[in-house]
Amino acid sequence: MIHKYKLNGYNIVLDVNSGAVHVVDDIAYDILEFVNENMDKSLDNSAVDLLGNKYEKNEILNTYAELYELYANGQLYSKDECKKFANMLTNSPIKSMCLNISHDCNLRCEYCFAAKGDFGTGRELMPLKIAKNAIDFLVENSGPRHNLEVDFFGGEPLMNFEVVKATVKYARSLEKKYNKNFRFTITTNGLLLSDDKIDFINQEMSNVVLSLDGRKEINDKLRVTSKGCGTFDIIVPKYQKLVNERRDKDYYVRGTFTRNNLDFANDVIKIADLGFDQISIEPVVLNENLEYAIKKEDLPRIYKEYEKLALEMIKRKKEDKCFNFFHFMIDLEQGPCAIKRLRGCSCGNEYIAVTPSGDIYPCHQFVGQEKWNMGNVTTKSFNNNIKEYFAKTNIYTKEKCKDCWVKFFCSGGCNANSWQYEGDVAKSHNISCELEKKRVECALMIKAATV
Amino acid sequence: MKHIKTLNKADLKGSASKGGCGECQASCQSACKTSCTVANQKCEK
Repeated sequence: MIHKYKLNGYNIVLDVNSGAVHVVDDIAYDILEFVNENMDKSLDNSAVDLLGNKYEKNEILNTYAELYELYANGQLYSKDECKKFANMLTNSPIKSMCLNISHDCNLRCEYCFAAKGDFGTGRELMPLKIAKNAIDFLVENSGPRHNLEVDFFGGEPLMNFEVVKATVKYARSLEKKYNKNFRFTITTNGLLLSDDKIDFINQEMSNVVLSLDGRKEINDKLRVTSKGCGTFDIIVPKYQKLVNERRDKDYYVRGTFTRNNLDFANDVIKIADLGFDQISIEPVVLNENLEYAIKKEDLPRIYKEYEKLALEMIKRKKEDKCFNFFHFMIDLEQGPCAIKRLRGCSCGNEYIAVTPSGDIYPCHQFVGQEKWNMGNVTTKSFNNNIKEYFAKTNIYTKEKCKDCWVKFFCSGGCNANSWQYEGDVAKSHNISCELEKKRVECALMIKAATV
Repeated sequence: MKHIKTLNKADLKGSASKGGCGECQASCQSACKTSCTVANQKCEK
């Protein structure tokens, strides 16, 4: 399978099964119209005749020879050698935990997936005892995995920061004994950031996600306090201080775009101009009937916006003022192995979420959906049937993924979104799929433009 | 090659046979966690 497209003057060909990316000229691109997965050493005469209306015969034959060389080397129309590995996927050790340290929030963002902070289950903070039980559960179920991730999430985790600090201390105390390396991350809206908290975060958190939607008028329209006040002027200076003191540790300034700001490239650029160089702006995922939700008819407009952003990034890279946009980041050489790409997040299998009461769900997006309650870290009850289900879920068990060209980049997308909006983990959330395809096309084009 | 420029030496098949150690970062696919793709993840090997 190949995927070929034209963008910004580049003819790009992705060989799906090998992952090879080629930039070709017009004649090679046109010849590919006459080629399929069963290439012969010579191009069919009827194709040569048709192409002869536009190109010299010798040029056609020479170009075809180059294409055939790629084919012979397994870089064009290569066979799918990964499917057989999908059948061997097993129930894996748990290595990653979303710790919902706070089911409460000091913001009331209109588009919040977590029902404005409490996940629909009532406002609640996680007691330290539960957090310690969660860390114990992770260590006990991590098998030989050395690197363990804990993401402090909410709600707003800074509302329970003393428990965050004590949990980090407790986990660190286990590292040597159990030969584990904890990597902590935290996702915050920034309102409660103080110098002390910034120091702690920069010392202990391997990554921090800082929520900001971009331009002040966009951010302050939906990211409001319980009294309806905007947050831009409060949080931006705090984020700048945190990032300035963070040195080379990872961070993201992360926002959401909705139907209100389909010109979201301006929000990415605004964040870059505020001095941040690690940026992510994500499409809101909501029921399509809601006012802010992205609708199918918005897709062409959003595609143009991604293209605009890609061009701006190329321009800034050439001016040595580049920034990273998370969804255009693709490592074509040292990216994850094919095994990782088969099932992506591996929620419910390698990754779980824990609520303030200690209940376990496949991920934070499933929290509060009793059908997906997997057990509890205190009672140590655990539903292995759910774990087994997610362990076997992969790009070849999803109806639309197995024949899709982008499957090795998205790994089947978000299982929770599939269940919430399509009613079945094995189905695909179509708008998310279409946006992912466009982002990968832009990302590959940026590679082509900046090599 | 005159007509084709290949950007990478990707070998998904090879990475499958040598991969699967499981030490890499989990890559949440939901928008709220800023990780809708796995292709930007690092291999720990």
